[in-house]
Amino acid sequence: MKKLTKSDFFWTFIRSNFLQGSWNMERMQALGFCFGMIPIIKKLYTGDERKEALKRHLEFYNTHPFVTAPIIGVVAALEEQKANGKDISDGVINGIKVGMMGPLAGVGDPIFWGTLRPITASLGASFALGGSLFGPILFFVLFNLVRLLVRWYGIKYGYTKGTDIVSDVAGNALQKITEGASILGLFVMGALVNKWTTVNIPVVISTIHKQDGTTVVTTVQTILNQLMPGLIPLLLTFLCIKLMKKKVNPIWIIFGLFAVGILGYWTGILGK
Amino acid sequence: MEISSAQLIAIFIVSGIAGMGSVLDELQTHRPLIACTLTGAILGDMTTGIIIGGTLEMIALGWMNIGAAMAPDAALASTISTILVIAGHQSIGAGIAIAMPLAAAGQVLTILCRTITVFFQHRADGFAKDGNLRGIDICHLGALVLQGLRVAIPTILVAMYIGTGAVQSMLDAIPPVVTGGLQVAGGFIVVVGYAMVINMMQANYLMPFFFLGFVIAAFTNFNLVAFGVIGLVLAIVYIQLNPKYSKPAVASAPSGNANNGNDDDLDDDLDD
Repeated sequence: MKKLTKSDFFWTFIRSNFLQGSWNMERMQALGFCFGMIPIIKKLYTGDERKEALKRHLEFYNTHPFVTAPIIGVVAALEEQKANGKDISDGVINGIKVGMMGPLAGVGDPIFWGTLRPITASLGASFALGGSLFGPILFFVLFNLVRLLVRWYGIKYGYTKGTDIVSDVAGNALQKITEGASILGLFVMGALVNKWTTVNIPVVISTIHKQDGTTVVTTVQTILNQLMPGLIPLLLTFLCIKLMKKKVNPIWIIFGLFAVGILGYWTGILGK
Repeated sequence: MEISSAQLIAIFIVSGIAGMGSVLDELQTHRPLIACTLTGAILGDMTTGIIIGGTLEMIALGWMNIGAAMAPDAALASTISTILVIAGHQSIGAGIAIAMPLAAAGQVLTILCRTITVFFQHRADGFAKDGNLRGIDICHLGALVLQGLRVAIPTILVAMYIGTGAVQSMLDAIPPVVTGGLQVAGGFIVVVGYAMVINMMQANYLMPFFFLGFVIAAFTNFNLVAFGVIGLVLAIVYIQLNPKYSKPAVASAPSGNANNGNDDDLDDDLDD
């Protein structure tokens, strides 16, 4: 009876941190997944069986890097059973891998790239803008703490759940988390659009000399701010979304906005 | 500013780690907050590095690798722009402006490397046939080192020639209307990042939460922590009230005391 030990999982955990190291255009994270599985393969198989196992885990694979943890756990459980003589074909193992990578990427992207990183990074950046080292440290520690916990417990969870996890992906637990993360992410994003953008249109509309000697200068920006602070950045955000939906490369939009900035500054419509 | 050879070696290592980070996307060493801070520390002006990092981080907030789509490269942009600002005596605004074309160039280099690593993938197939575990390890880590060099080599070249007149006079030739305009654009360029995050969520029906965040930010002085807490509360309440999630639970509740059944549903939701 072959049994995976804590140390096998520990080394798989360490290696899984390098999942995307050899990301390539042909099979994406395939080699990285195999790299992560090596401690398990080494423990379970020898000779021709080992060659077969290596080949099996060099097939096309791509998902969000952090959610690979539960997939590794499930695959490890399957491999363990297979090594002990259970009749599990290559197709079943790869089918479960491929079946999980899609839905889990759909969960991982909004949670980690859409919510966790923008929020921790902007929190860190808000301190960093003042020159405080606390900013980068806060971002690094918060993000990696969550990441490592997800990785470690993800592998454990996947292993104990075995194949059951496939039905969990279909259930609504993950959907709840994804939707909740999207709400949190969008809410904070809305706040950021307002708080962390600066547009100033210093075009003067009227200059009133009051009797007490003071002058009140009304610019386009003053009026816009009375209407709704941050209105222009909001409109710009939606313009960007529209352009991206039309498959315009974001880097071109960035260059376009730089051109707008230079042109606006040159003509005096936009100010610092 | 002359950069000593000890500093050059340190820059080579840090930019290499940033390059590996940008393909791994794990530790986040490629994010401006981290990469700029470390580069600044090496050059003896960590505070400036942190501020560049914070500014650039805001722009890069939405840069993420999803599926096969690659983000602009934050690593190359971070390391080189920090060197240009600190050792090349440029303004932070100019440094940020130069970072954008660098991010685009880095993106192209990343794609190039990810194509070259197809070769490593095929080499690994060969090692799998022989059951050679060490060979597979070397293929995977070799590809990772290649990604590190992708950033380390261009960065070290800039660092080496920054003291000479050529780079300096090139930078000085930029007219002030361009640097001023770029600074203006820097105030709202972040909307591209926000747009990327919102686009990725693909949840139009959740957009009211975005607008709510925007309006609250427009008329209050809440900080980001407050927004995070409010967003979290909203997400939990939404999930709890959503009939989409309560129906299946009601259906599967055991036929017994109706009141108990309802309590359990609420408890389940709270647990999630």
